[in-house]
Amino acid sequence: MAFSILEPGLATSVQDQGRLGYYNVGIPQGGAMDQLSASMANALAGNAATDAVLECAYLGPKFTTDADAVIAVTGAPVEVRVNGTTADQWTRLSLTAGDEVSFGMLSGGTRYYIAVQGGIDVPLVLGSRSTYALGALGGFQGRTLKAGDVVPVGPAPTSASRRLDSIPDELRPAYAREVSVRIMPGLYDHRLTAEGMETLVTASWKLTPVADRTGLRYSGPDIEWKPRTQPFGAGSDPSNIVDAGYAIGSIQVPGGKEPIVLHRDAVSGGGYAMVATVISADMDVVARSAPGTVTHFEPVTMEQALTARADAARIRRSVWE
Amino acid sequence: MSQSTQTPAPARYTWGGDEFLFVEIAESMSLTANFTANAMATRLSAQAIDGVTDICPANASLLVRFDPDVVPPDQLEALVREAEEEVAQLNEQTLETRIIEIPVWYDDPYTRETGARFRKGHQRPEGTDLDFAAEENGLASPQEFIRRHHESPWLVSMVGFVAGLPFMFQIVPQEEQLEVPKYLSPRTDTPPLTVGHGGCFACIYSVRGAGGYQMFGIAAAPIFDPAQKLADFSDFMIFFKPGDIVKFKPIDEDEYKAIQAEVDAGTFTYRQAPVTFDLQKALADPTAHNRDIMETLNGL
Repeated sequence: MAFSILEPGLATSVQDQGRLGYYNVGIPQGGAMDQLSASMANALAGNAATDAVLECAYLGPKFTTDADAVIAVTGAPVEVRVNGTTADQWTRLSLTAGDEVSFGMLSGGTRYYIAVQGGIDVPLVLGSRSTYALGALGGFQGRTLKAGDVVPVGPAPTSASRRLDSIPDELRPAYAREVSVRIMPGLYDHRLTAEGMETLVTASWKLTPVADRTGLRYSGPDIEWKPRTQPFGAGSDPSNIVDAGYAIGSIQVPGGKEPIVLHRDAVSGGGYAMVATVISADMDVVARSAPGTVTHFEPVTMEQALTARADAARIRRSVWE
Repeated sequence: MSQSTQTPAPARYTWGGDEFLFVEIAESMSLTANFTANAMATRLSAQAIDGVTDICPANASLLVRFDPDVVPPDQLEALVREAEEEVAQLNEQTLETRIIEIPVWYDDPYTRETGARFRKGHQRPEGTDLDFAAEENGLASPQEFIRRHHESPWLVSMVGFVAGLPFMFQIVPQEEQLEVPKYLSPRTDTPPLTVGHGGCFACIYSVRGAGGYQMFGIAAAPIFDPAQKLADFSDFMIFFKPGDIVKFKPIDEDEYKAIQAEVDAGTFTYRQAPVTFDLQKALADPTAHNRDIMETLNGL
């Protein structure tokens, strides 16, 4: 079976849990930006957590299904319409062959997910179905969807599929206009002045519209770097380093202005010093932020990061148990 | 004490959140730091440590991605420190690698046109990136810069930024390194296969996109081939590996078009030969070292 794309939406792409193991040659992990929402969509649709879903940013697609299908829409709050009639998010939906699915305006967040029983059945490329658009790799022909695309859906799982009908309210993520994001200072944090680090962890940062799958830029006060004589090959600004690998989630502050958080389609390296990294448990929180979201970076230790990681894993697992 | 026998300062270990260990081998770029990064990466890859998903050697540092649920951070750090220690104890610092000839159309119309579109805000708003690079290095002309660019080989010191993009460090004494500042504000567009330069590094842009390196020319054949159409990509879609040695070959428009036709026909292959990169020799007598490895290529 397949979905026929009538309207593609702004940037609809096929994503799964990502593609590890090729960062050393510049291919980022990719995968759904908001992993928890994507995972919950799969659970509702009766899939495995590893199945591929459609990730929609802001403006969603309009499509028809050529066969009966079970779908679920999770993520940023949006009006879901089946044949023009409003349907629920975070809930298992049954479609009949010929049904048309479309979306209204977002009322928060940025990205939502469509899972279909059987998963989006594009070929595995380097172990993943995720789209790496910059490298024209993976996903549906290596790109975001276009009108006229016919997106293949895999056969429904033969094993008894789960009967989770709806995600309980208390497990659904929040889409707040003000968020706290936990970070671990490190990497090149010693190159900031004490005041510079203080600014990073105390200021109210506002997410700018310069935010995509590669990274998100925040506006706020300047962050002070220690003046220094630069080492050979590093470049002239105190925020420059000899080009190095970039941790996913790491925060760089080029020229002391507008910190950038690298996300799942990160460039794998470059010449800007990183001063902290968003902990793995809070990458989804960053992914859900819409431009204008006021963000507080809260410093934590490795121990706290690992506790938060375990808590996040417990929530993720709860819908599969 | 010669540079080659100095004991390097110990590396700096730091965490990039709960999934990344970052090892800064040196603050400055050098062949020695890069050799250490790659040798550590090779060792760690061979160990196939459970829970380690990505081992990314860079110019003078190493980034390791891990799953802390499988390998606890302190345990991983101990393993990486062991690898550092082993590399420091090596008697022979050699790498079995290959030298590859990369045909480049220098001062080509594609990068020239793109450069012209981004002149506003450039360090040298009049002229070209090549004019700027020649001036920055005190060279008489762009032609002189181009000659210096292709006459000595380059070591691929890191692959990344985007898929398959090689960073290259010229195998010459530090005082002969070509150094050119990056764009003051990055471009939003760079033609694919642009040969660029920022700081002491050359690069080849594997895909079209943003970029901050000065642009000098365009490589004639692909270095990233997701469809794996050409023979050089039959094993993997990405051509370069850290440790590869590159010799640029200047070509003109006719040669560029001939290579493009071979690429379109699926018959193009890179000229390449196996060589041994010997760190001590490259540091002690780069001229002799480079002559030897380039002869390997010329002897084909």
